[in-house]
Amino acid sequence: MSLALTAYGMVGGLPALAPTENPTADFSDTPLWLALVKAVGVFVYLLISTLLVIWFERRVIGRMQQRPGPNRNGPFGLLQTLADGMKAMLKEDITPAKAEKVIYTLAPMITATMAFVAFAIIPLGGTVWMFGHQTPLQVTDVPVAVLLVLAVASVGVYGIILAGWSSGSTYPLLGGLRSTAQVISYEIAMGLSLVAIFLYSGSMSTSAIVSAQSSLWYILPAFFSFAVYLITMVGETNRLPFDLAEGEGELTGGFHTEYSSMRFAMFFLGEYVNMFTVSALATTLFLGGWQAPPFISAINDNMFGGGWWGLLWFTAKLWLFMFIFVWLRGSLPRVRYDQFMRFGWKFLIPITLAWVVAVAFIRGAQLGFLGDSKLTFAGRELSVATVVIVSIVAVIALAAAWIWDDRRAQRAAAEDEAPPEEIDPFEDGYPVPPLPGQRLVEPRPRLAAEPVLSTASSSSAGGSGASTTLKEETHG
Amino acid sequence: MTSSAEAAGFWILAPIAVIAALGLLFARKAVHAALGVALVMVILGIFYIMQNADFLGVVQVFVYTGAVMMLFLFVLMLVGVDSSDSVVETIKGQRWASLLLVVGLAGLLFFTIGATVVDEKTVQAGIDKVVATNADPGNITGVAELIFGQYVWIFEVTSALLITAALGAMVLAHRERLTPRITQAEWAAKRVRDNRDVAGLPAPGVYARHNAVDTPALLPDGTPSSKSVSRVLVARDQVATTDSLRDVERHMEREIEEGGAK
Repeated sequence: MSLALTAYGMVGGLPALAPTENPTADFSDTPLWLALVKAVGVFVYLLISTLLVIWFERRVIGRMQQRPGPNRNGPFGLLQTLADGMKAMLKEDITPAKAEKVIYTLAPMITATMAFVAFAIIPLGGTVWMFGHQTPLQVTDVPVAVLLVLAVASVGVYGIILAGWSSGSTYPLLGGLRSTAQVISYEIAMGLSLVAIFLYSGSMSTSAIVSAQSSLWYILPAFFSFAVYLITMVGETNRLPFDLAEGEGELTGGFHTEYSSMRFAMFFLGEYVNMFTVSALATTLFLGGWQAPPFISAINDNMFGGGWWGLLWFTAKLWLFMFIFVWLRGSLPRVRYDQFMRFGWKFLIPITLAWVVAVAFIRGAQLGFLGDSKLTFAGRELSVATVVIVSIVAVIALAAAWIWDDRRAQRAAAEDEAPPEEIDPFEDGYPVPPLPGQRLVEPRPRLAAEPVLSTASSSSAGGSGASTTLKEETHG
Repeated sequence: MTSSAEAAGFWILAPIAVIAALGLLFARKAVHAALGVALVMVILGIFYIMQNADFLGVVQVFVYTGAVMMLFLFVLMLVGVDSSDSVVETIKGQRWASLLLVVGLAGLLFFTIGATVVDEKTVQAGIDKVVATNADPGNITGVAELIFGQYVWIFEVTSALLITAALGAMVLAHRERLTPRITQAEWAAKRVRDNRDVAGLPAPGVYARHNAVDTPALLPDGTPSSKSVSRVLVARDQVATTDSLRDVERHMEREIEEGGAK
């Protein structure tokens, strides 16, 4: 787990051995009742995490805005969310007269339940002893686990769009459509970014992906996928700066405008559990899941790596992503909807496609599909094909970046034209204020063409008739 | 042949799927019909997973429920949910031709499915093969080998067909802009030039007890201003009346006058 090993794996000296695509987690010693116990455990874990993260978000944002945040109920204000939740439950539950009653009730249930379902395939830890059985700390795993998360998320979107439609009002409908378009668009880029992980690990099962990362976390070889995933997970969860569905200025509350009480709380819960799900997926796919971080894993032959310790590392990594969510919310303003869509469709999706093709070539070279010749560099054996492919990709990326930068500089130069030095304040008949540094050309009043008062000093500009120019003071 | 869990799952889910499919035919609202289809698709995905086709099942839910049905819902919600279909035949003899095709398709399906051999040995051999494939190269690898090996040509041709259809839809729906697009600044300049509604159109009415886009503002003489509501609402005949508001106003005025007379 040293850094040397990390670099070794990155350039592609890994043995050309395709790992199995089926889950590595062994559920043979897991009776059904234990699976149910684990499911309840995950449910409780998520509920407590949600209670904590709402408090965490408000406190951290408070710090970022130089105010204390909630600090009254319980130690450090920890019970504030509980109090808010109780209050939400006791509120009047309103159903608008024009709402579709059944679907209006169904929608928040879909959103909340689907958010929990996806967490079933996340490995929270390695194999542990639980009530006399040796079982993985994971509810279940299937060969298509990561795809299952995406599928469940796409069913969860139905909650949003149906909530918008069934409210029988304009703002929720528009908010629901917006939010659904957003989630679907960003799910494409998200799915594409995950393809690189599937190519590296040779599997879609979460436990197999975690065990494939035992020597190297995929954040390094798939760094670009990680960046794309980080952006798309914010878009996918409708969080700031991409919370256009709830743009207060335009859409009141978006799809949940008409909701109140428990049904609103369910949307709220679903949103936060969704954040945990995408963060958990990021942890599993890019940060080695429940495995101990480097250096700590080197202590005493990975003493802190196995068993229940995994839950600690997993939770720590998960909360790192939650902090990023809060950090983004505290620092970035909301983007405009058309810019957001253009960014997703015209930038993220094509560039991720190019990246997936590049990774396919790198992976093909690593597995020896493009020739077996090796070269030795600094005492390490590298495959020629890998070096050539990586260099080609790097050159293309550098050239593209250079061209883009050059164009941007040209555009900036074109936009940066200095305004004219003198300005007529009554051009076209409208009063126009001068820009900083511009001089005003005093208009010559028609009636005062001749000097009226011979005693007038040059300072009385109105009567002098001469076209005096005023130098505007430049501030700052 | 089938495990008891699979049989139980089938007998629970299959009736739901049939009811949802009938919902497509008999639902009065288009959105309810679309939801019925979405439910059928999800249950189909679960059936695939129950029959050891994990990848197929998840992709069924992901692609059909998540993407295709969602696009249908989008169109339904944007175009208008209450629009009823016109029953006028646009192509002559369309109804009879479609009836003929429906009967043909039903007959084809009936005889093809009816001719399928359902003896236990064949089914068991198929299940064994799927289980063996899932264990050794894996489910996804097995599917990939079929898609990119045996059936690569069929899949490429199908994808070419789909791309052609998408391009065709774009060409048909594309409209060339004949005049340059009028920007917000140009609209403002035009309003000033024409000297009509220079400050923009009046906002809808905002009253102490009511405000909505369908409530017109009142002019100084008490008549509603037709300019203050969207012309779309006028065309749909959805503009609210201001009579009740004016009544309240008159009532208050009378009270004030009576108070003054005392």
